[in-house]
Amino acid sequence: MTLRLDALGQRYGDHLVLHGIDLTVPDGQLLCVVGPSGCGKSTLLRTVAGLQPASEGTVTVDGTPVTGVPDQLAVVFQDYGRSLFPWLTVRDNVALPLRRRGLARAERRAEAERILERVGLDGAGCRHPWQLSGGMQQRVAIARALVCRPSLLLMDEPFGSLDAQTREDLEDLLLEVHRTDGATIVFVTHDIDESVYVGDRVVVLSPGPGSRVVLDLPVQLPGKRDQIGTRGLPEFVELRAEVGRAVRGAQGYPTG
Amino acid sequence: MRREGVNRPGRPTRLRRRQEYGLGLLGVVLAFGVCEIVGRAGLVRRSYLPPASEVLARAAELAGDRSFLDGVGATLWAWALGLGLAVVIAVPVGLLLGSLPVVDSAVRVIVEFLRPLPSVALIPLVSLLLGTGTETEVALITYASVWPVLFNTIYGLGETDPLAKDTLRAFGFGRPSVLLRVELPATAPFIAAGIRISAAIALILAVATELLSGFGEGLGIFMAQASLATDGTRDVLAGVVWAGALGLVINGVLVWCERRLFPWTPERRGSGA
Repeated sequence: MTLRLDALGQRYGDHLVLHGIDLTVPDGQLLCVVGPSGCGKSTLLRTVAGLQPASEGTVTVDGTPVTGVPDQLAVVFQDYGRSLFPWLTVRDNVALPLRRRGLARAERRAEAERILERVGLDGAGCRHPWQLSGGMQQRVAIARALVCRPSLLLMDEPFGSLDAQTREDLEDLLLEVHRTDGATIVFVTHDIDESVYVGDRVVVLSPGPGSRVVLDLPVQLPGKRDQIGTRGLPEFVELRAEVGRAVRGAQGYPTG
Repeated sequence: MRREGVNRPGRPTRLRRRQEYGLGLLGVVLAFGVCEIVGRAGLVRRSYLPPASEVLARAAELAGDRSFLDGVGATLWAWALGLGLAVVIAVPVGLLLGSLPVVDSAVRVIVEFLRPLPSVALIPLVSLLLGTGTETEVALITYASVWPVLFNTIYGLGETDPLAKDTLRAFGFGRPSVLLRVELPATAPFIAAGIRISAAIALILAVATELLSGFGEGLGIFMAQASLATDGTRDVLAGVVWAGALGLVINGVLVWCERRLFPWTPERRGSGA
């Protein structure tokens, strides 16, 4: 699914959050969006998700302008504690999006169990989200996002509140999912290392008000990515430095 | 709508609860002792204030009294009917007011006028309109019980996490699904807390209506008639004991139900459900 942003802008009253964002994400690309906090990364994601209409410019998905929430979309938010439903079991949380597919209850459950196994949560289906650790809860949220086989997956700092080890595990899970499912993914993060490790391409936003793209960098790393090896590669170090400079430079960027 | 006076769902933690039970028991024993002593010491005439043990004995004796139990049954029936009606009215209206600000603004003036009216003050008026039967009792119970459920529903709806709603919307669900699958379950603990408050108010109204009308059968009627008898204080007090016990049991059952139904509410999550 190809995603295209044309002169996209977003404002709340007089406050300009995003301005003049032009971006094309080809089908199957994993794009990381990096920027200092408060630069409107989440706003960008919400606009692409159709959760709030754009104040300026357009979002198109496969050539169709986005007016509401696009089909084949899934979102993973940072705050799993608030986005998972505590009154449902893990299995029912994951199966919920399938209600729109007109599947029978047994089919929904079977599908949910299958996807839970894939994210390493087999056997946790009958428990409730609040009985699980943070990392496991975010796995549930990822499973729920994958259950409908989305062609566009939006992730808003999904690993931001997890400890380092859990975070690395989930980064690798994401890469595996991306390799096999081939969805277009927009991954918002403030972590420079993470953006380079996970992304096919990294885009850096300037700080607000009126954030725009200040760096658009393809990430080409040799071989299959792994946490120790990849992060030690000279190419990785160089890319990370380049993104870092852009973020730091962006922080001192003249506003307006 | 105004937000003060809304009871959030929740209970104290387990350790403190045990201490509370201990102190509560101590209080009961002390109060019982004082009543017993005052009753027996001859400070007041025995027919005015019988000793606590006599009142309790009479209350226990009433448990075997067929016609008294029928009266209690009638009171509980009116209570359940009135409370049930109140919930059936208040929850949908609360969902409507809570999700449509336009309707909320339109109705607010009426609501704010009606709400401070003490329900008990309406007993004569409603009796005049509906007679002194069960209709009056149920109507008054319903009226008084509607408010806590209504306000808790509106409040709970306002407290629903916007991120939870966005999550469902992002999966392509529309407004009705968000209401049914997110807002309603998220509001349920608040509604339950409202029902618990209303349950106590409903019992007050049930007994008060019966006391004032004085005909038919019911716990309040038993007490009203006992108060007319020459030596009726003991029966009146035994009736009070029954009313108190009913209130206690109802509250306990509702608290238990809330804990079973909503183990995820933040206050309970920590205590290892």
